[in-house]
Amino acid sequence: MVTPLKENELDKHVTISYKPNAKYSYTAGQAQSKYLLGFKEGKIYGRRCNKCGKIYVPPKMYCDECFRPTDEWVEVKDEGIVMTAVASFISWTRERLEEPEIVGVIRLLPSDERDFVYPGIFHRICTSYEEVKNMSIIGKRVKAVWKSKEERKSSIEDIQCFKVI
Amino acid sequence: MKVNMYLNKRVAIVGAGLTLFRRRLLETPQEIAWEASRKALDEAGLELKDIDCIVIGSAPDAFDGVHLKGEYLSHGSGGIGKPVSRVYVGGATGVMTAIAGWYHVASGMCQKVLAVAEEKMSPARPHPQSVFKYIWDPILEKPLNPNLIWIFAMEMHRYMAKYGIKKEEIALVSVKNKRNAMNNPYAQLGSNITVDDVLNSEVLVWPVQLLDVSPVSDGGAAIVLASEDVARRYTDTPVWVEGVGWTLDNTEWPARDLSYARYVEFAARMAYKMAGIERPNKEIDVVEPYDPFDYKELHHLEALQLAKRGEAPTLLKEGIFDIDGDIPSSPSGGLLGVGNPIAAAGLMKVASIYWQLKGTAGKMQVKKPVHTGVAQSWGDLMQAGTVIVLRN
Ligand SMILES: [Zn+2]
Repeated sequence: MVTPLKENELDKHVTISYKPNAKYSYTAGQAQSKYLLGFKEGKIYGRRCNKCGKIYVPPKMYCDECFRPTDEWVEVKDEGIVMTAVASFISWTRERLEEPEIVGVIRLLPSDERDFVYPGIFHRICTSYEEVKNMSIIGKRVKAVWKSKEERKSSIEDIQCFKVI
Repeated sequence: MKVNMYLNKRVAIVGAGLTLFRRRLLETPQEIAWEASRKALDEAGLELKDIDCIVIGSAPDAFDGVHLKGEYLSHGSGGIGKPVSRVYVGGATGVMTAIAGWYHVASGMCQKVLAVAEEKMSPARPHPQSVFKYIWDPILEKPLNPNLIWIFAMEMHRYMAKYGIKKEEIALVSVKNKRNAMNNPYAQLGSNITVDDVLNSEVLVWPVQLLDVSPVSDGGAAIVLASEDVARRYTDTPVWVEGVGWTLDNTEWPARDLSYARYVEFAARMAYKMAGIERPNKEIDVVEPYDPFDYKELHHLEALQLAKRGEAPTLLKEGIFDIDGDIPSSPSGGLLGVGNPIAAAGLMKVASIYWQLKGTAGKMQVKKPVHTGVAQSWGDLMQAGTVIVLRN
């Protein structure tokens, strides 16, 4: 029969911790590379499939549904609509944070509110906990706040956050 | 949606077993798997030598802290010297384990299959949360340091925003499931709580609070599946697997509307078509939707076509999903009440429906007579849906 361990009994147990020396060099690939290079110029690129008309942001070289190559690069706006936003009071190791981190999902424009799949981005949103809590931030139009040109490194971090316009 | 599917044998469940669901069990994952397996065999009246094939389900290796978990668990799951396979689709693994057991038999390849799911989530330090770091896109998402609750909070808030749903309405799921769990002898968190308790609990990632989430758990579950001719030899009350469905959506969750679980709808339509279910809300008597978060049960009831989009909270308030309601939902207590050892939690839902249809659910037994039940689980990057329809 299974037997649970009590919190105070945990101290008596051996904890093994180590840092595996595992390092990875990830490949950005064709589509993501162009996407990341675009950040350096303050642009957001996507790929269009001309068969179904879908625009992929983040871009993909193939269309999921048509299972054929996407056809062309398109530039979408660095503006969009906040689909959802949350305020995190815990870190990824579940430590308590004093100030919440606010992140969300933005449906980039041009796109239609009836689209189930749309060009989208997951990022920080520069707003207050209050606006998250009363949900007023959801549905607002926001624009990317870019780092200065010199600071950009072709990374998702080239955008500081999205801010209401 | 077109599904090409060719079946050979009709399949029944003839036994099920669960361990206690608890945080920090003393047993190893192998011992947990063994206990669940032994109980399922005992209920079926079978010995391991009678079993042709083994299916193991477990979620990320990182929880138990052991890689190759299929191989690791194979001893405790009775797999030595037999064809063993492991399935893994994140949180959707539990029901997928039952489905994989089903197709081993339905194809005609095996007559008797033991399907085992195990998870031991408490070994991870400092918190199982941190194990999820490596599920994110390494270039586009990881730099933002996300934790897992972020995406579910985002989904919950989107669901609330799209349909104007309030936190109070969602909290009722947690209240219901923890209350139901008081009838479940395996449950970790059965209790009588109120909506206020949920609303006053620690804010983790707004709108998710502590009592909106299932706990960290260890546990195991197992079922025995058999082909029709074999099942009739061993039991007078087989419970039939009448429909199965499983689908993946894309991994681009920031680029699709999170207010609706399309992946579960696709899986449900596949399972219902196979089971000949045309009006799910009239034909399904009892349901175990996947509820690692309270809003998720509502989300899934809608995707399972048991409520219209955005209307599950209203039906919940009317008592439709209570244990004595028209469509009792999570009478076991669900993950919120029983606990959430991920893969085992999904298979626990299948076992619960099996016991409901057999009439042996004890204090968990729903009030009305039941003939058709559905269990569902969900996982990966909000993309995997698995659904199983059982009938007595
Ligand atoms: Zn296409």
